[in-house]
Amino acid sequence: MRRLSFAEAVREAMVQEMERDPTVFVFGIGVPSHAKIFGTTAGLEEQFGAERCFDTPISEESMTGFALGAALRGLRPVHVHIRVDFLLLAMNQLVNMISCYNYTTGGRTPIPLVIRAIIGRGWGQGAQHSKSLISYFTHVPGLKVVAPTTPVDAKGLMIAAIRSEDPVIFLEHRWLHWAVDAVPEDAAASPIGTARVLRRGRDLTVVAVSWMVVEAMHAADILARHGIELEVIDPRTLAPLDVDTLAASVSRTRTCIVADCDWVFSGFSAELAASITERCFGQLTKPVRRLGWAHTPCPTVRALENVFYPNAETIVHVVEDMLGCGPFDLAGVDFYNHENRFKGPF
Amino acid sequence: MTDVTPDPKDRHDRLFRTALLIRLVEERIIDLYPSDCIQSPVHLSIGQEAVAVGVCEPLQRNDLLFGTYRGHAYYLARGGDLNAMFAELFGKIGGVSKGKAGSMHLAAPAVGMMGSSAVVASAIPHAVGAALAARVRNTNQVIVTAFGDGATEEGVYHESLNFAALHGLPVLFVCENNGLAVHASLAERQAYRMIDQARLYGIPAETLTDGWDFLAIADATDALVREIRRDGRPRYLEVATYRSREHVGPAEDFGAGYRRRIGLEDWQDRDPLIQDTDRIARLTPEITAEIDRAEAFARASPWPEHEDLLSDVV
Repeated sequence: MRRLSFAEAVREAMVQEMERDPTVFVFGIGVPSHAKIFGTTAGLEEQFGAERCFDTPISEESMTGFALGAALRGLRPVHVHIRVDFLLLAMNQLVNMISCYNYTTGGRTPIPLVIRAIIGRGWGQGAQHSKSLISYFTHVPGLKVVAPTTPVDAKGLMIAAIRSEDPVIFLEHRWLHWAVDAVPEDAAASPIGTARVLRRGRDLTVVAVSWMVVEAMHAADILARHGIELEVIDPRTLAPLDVDTLAASVSRTRTCIVADCDWVFSGFSAELAASITERCFGQLTKPVRRLGWAHTPCPTVRALENVFYPNAETIVHVVEDMLGCGPFDLAGVDFYNHENRFKGPF
Repeated sequence: MTDVTPDPKDRHDRLFRTALLIRLVEERIIDLYPSDCIQSPVHLSIGQEAVAVGVCEPLQRNDLLFGTYRGHAYYLARGGDLNAMFAELFGKIGGVSKGKAGSMHLAAPAVGMMGSSAVVASAIPHAVGAALAARVRNTNQVIVTAFGDGATEEGVYHESLNFAALHGLPVLFVCENNGLAVHASLAERQAYRMIDQARLYGIPAETLTDGWDFLAIADATDALVREIRRDGRPRYLEVATYRSREHVGPAEDFGAGYRRRIGLEDWQDRDPLIQDTDRIARLTPEITAEIDRAEAFARASPWPEHEDLLSDVV
């Protein structure tokens, strides 16, 4: 099967849906400009014209309300935010309008609206260009939230999001855009609301969100060399959450780390830990451990960024602690190759 | 039939009847409110009926209107079902939204009343998005967004005017200027004139000062709607109007100190829903009977079941 990057997979999903359905359009600040949102919107304007792929004024709230109005009238907008931080300007529309429009109109109003937002670490992006804010969205009834981590799911969940009759927040970590894998050519939707077990293992379950899936898989590779088997689960859909799959795994491994791509306090990791604990309390040998960002605005300087963000090394050390194994020799393991790869300025 | 100019007296009667319906509905709500059968906030349209009636008259059935939490008048002027409105106010399953949305979110999409937002200015961009859909689908619809003077202070208002003007979208912006935002007067809030602001975006704009005159408002709206249908571009109408009751709730609040009662008397001296006693006497009995039936429908309608709690979310 031919291989695509995550970014190419997102792009292909949008292209195929735009070809299939003339009501789909893609817009947002910078969408048709030369940077092409990490390549995900490359060629859209050329293929579908400025009516279906266009830039907007710097008006996040109005453009989000605009997307709702278009969705109310049978169009299928895909609204793109190159930083989730900017979506904060539109939270009124998301939380007060989009999430409850169907509810306040008696369930008669499909809202086929996708909001893409780029989350997480970049290259010295600092306090206002690198958030994730996952729990901001999952907290609100009436929104579906997906965060694919593989090219296959990036394509499948984008197709599912565009075809959904409910509003979907589509969160993409910018470093995931590089991920490359075999991706089917046909337009098949991945189901919204199901987790994916990425790696089977008997010793400990890591439920990892967005970028932390990459770190968890790296940690699993390292630990496998020392005889420790991690089970790695990617929830893929954060709301609604597939607790059954998480609980089934933790019931077997009896030990769980939740690795979030966000701040820990009051974050999505708290929901994961609580949901798992409610279902698996009697099987757990230890409390569920949470990993996430340090409770501070994100520093710009690399030396502190590397402390602010947990990575595979952090996961390995928590596994050592929870299972009472190790310490393992990590000499020669490169934990920072992604940081060194990404050069910005985006 | 549509080419026949309606008899002016019939037209006057028809508009008057809708305005009077709104007035009498609001007065019924005032009567019912102390009994606590409406257990949620109401923002009454008394004094502002003529704007809704005048703006809605020239609209075709497939034209769309986005309203506000002070939305009873627009709901009724667009032909929203009276029984379903009362049931909604009573929180009953027969309400437009199964009793779960209430006064502030009245909607009747089937008659082009697309919804009401309880957060100031928030529905304005929805109209702009719906206007894009109208253009893409070539429906020749006009999309109306009605809002108050306070809404023009929100950033999203300016963002929406800019986008509608930039892309030439078929939106009629209707500003109901009642001179008050909650309890603050226009002079306390605005360093600009709304009409000038709208023109700054290149949107043709006009102001009507006689907000009680539904015929004048209907004529002005009709002209603007025809222009929008011709060139597909936005227009702006500001109507000076009068909020006779408190911001939220059934009472007058002239004793609160932020407004003067004399404004009320000036208004009432010109208000046809007070002055036109012949029409009032002629039309009131049948409208009252209609409201009686709606109230009875609401009382008889069941409460939502517990399983309705989680319906219509996603």
